[in-house]
Amino acid sequence: MLWIPGVDEIPLSILSANEDGTISVAVKKVGEATQALHNKKVGETVGIRGPLGNSFTLKEGKILMVGGGTGIAPLLFLTKKLASKTVKLTLVIGAKTREELLFLDDLKEACGRGELIATTEDGSYGIKCLATAPLKRLLAKEKFDIIYTCGPEQMMRKVFDLAEKHGMPSEASLERLMRCAIGLCGSCVVGKYRVCRDGPVFTANQLRDVKGEFGVSKRDFDGKRIPLE
Amino acid sequence: MAGLRLANPTMLASGILGYSAETLETIVDGGAGAVITKSVGLKPRNGYANPTIVQTSCGLINAMGLPNPGIDEFVKEIREAKNTLDVPLIVSVYGFSAEEYATVTKKAVNAGADAIELNVSCPHVKETGSEIGQNPKILAKVVEKVKASVDKPVFVKLSPNVTSIAEIAEAAVKAGADALTAINTVRAMAIDAEAAMPVLSNKVGGLSGPAVKPIALRCVYEIYEKVKVPIIGCGGITNWRDAVEFLLAGASAVQIGTAVAVKGANVFKAISRGIDAYLEKKAFKSVEEIVGLSHRSYPA
Repeated sequence: MLWIPGVDEIPLSILSANEDGTISVAVKKVGEATQALHNKKVGETVGIRGPLGNSFTLKEGKILMVGGGTGIAPLLFLTKKLASKTVKLTLVIGAKTREELLFLDDLKEACGRGELIATTEDGSYGIKCLATAPLKRLLAKEKFDIIYTCGPEQMMRKVFDLAEKHGMPSEASLERLMRCAIGLCGSCVVGKYRVCRDGPVFTANQLRDVKGEFGVSKRDFDGKRIPLE
Repeated sequence: MAGLRLANPTMLASGILGYSAETLETIVDGGAGAVITKSVGLKPRNGYANPTIVQTSCGLINAMGLPNPGIDEFVKEIREAKNTLDVPLIVSVYGFSAEEYATVTKKAVNAGADAIELNVSCPHVKETGSEIGQNPKILAKVVEKVKASVDKPVFVKLSPNVTSIAEIAEAAVKAGADALTAINTVRAMAIDAEAAMPVLSNKVGGLSGPAVKPIALRCVYEIYEKVKVPIIGCGGITNWRDAVEFLLAGASAVQIGTAVAVKGANVFKAISRGIDAYLEKKAFKSVEEIVGLSHRSYPA
């Protein structure tokens, strides 16, 4: 959880964790807290609680990653963690525009001899489509040992559904409104799971338990269930 | 106890995973003898901005701000919980007037609540919670009105942020409380040296966890000397020994909240078993035999 003193405290995925003990996060300007972060200058102070929650399980073999928008950040971190493992990476990344397609060069490098498919909704880079569009063809022709996904929840739901259809394991990193972030208050629950503590990464087995909510609804500030936009 | 059949003397404290039937179920699977929901009021509340919690070395300070969907929305969860849980379901209620407490209570009972716990002790929301529970006259009015409106047991959760908790306890019992929960959180703050400001967005919050156990124990002890209704001990209980101390102080049952963060839902099972083992070791036949035992006087 990242505290912007005087403004808010928000959950963010780690983009990189460095040997010197520093970490970095990728922040999209969507509201007051993220705007405040964008306004910060080098050397200013923010607060941190963490690390919290779990992470993607590191697997070997044929790996598919599907990332959308800022969801690409934790996937980039994952590629670094997988560097020591025997993997063949296929990355599918998507964003609204070329500008929002993050870390393209780092991802190309992480991919190595694997395949990187980039998509943008406005066609300003790569294929003009949603990140999920290339998946039907990909999953039909190749059997992946695991599919990792992070990004807009409806995108992740489509990835999960396709993975299930093709009998391939998947893991998705979810996000929800968080308050205590240590599994006590219940603000971030999806079904019986607490995204802050049992997640944010959930396996396909767990996602099956919460099919009624995953990609469908979330809880508002007052705890009421509302549809995902 | 107080008209409820508890599976064991441990209960989930209000405010912990108490929004949905599903999460309450994980708590019951962990061994809780009864569960108390998140506090619900007449109208929905978004609660405060983050930070709403501070982790300290000896407990948590929280200022959530009573976020809840309002009783009209929450009755769905109450009904669902009543269908799936096989332990008593106690709904925690707050209001900004005696009428509101009564209205929300009635709706909660209609939806299936086995009992009601009145939150007259939340330390960080104006005009409700402890602002009611700190004033014996206003508190009595609330308790009377609620008792007159439903047929189910009504517990009153007391604030420690008062000069004499025993006095407030007596007022609540005189007004008809069937049981008392002692205690809610202790008013507290955290200030960050780097940012040079309070951490909580509400500045002041309520302290819970191990730090408050000695205070809660003292409160239960003092209340036990003055009232005849069951007392539910709450405050910093993390293991069976803590629970036994509260029973000895005068509690008939205990609530666990903060400890769920450290120990998970199975803390209820662990504490329950620990109490049983203590009773067996000391040759007591039931929990009732040790309630208030620490009050007996010893020859000089």
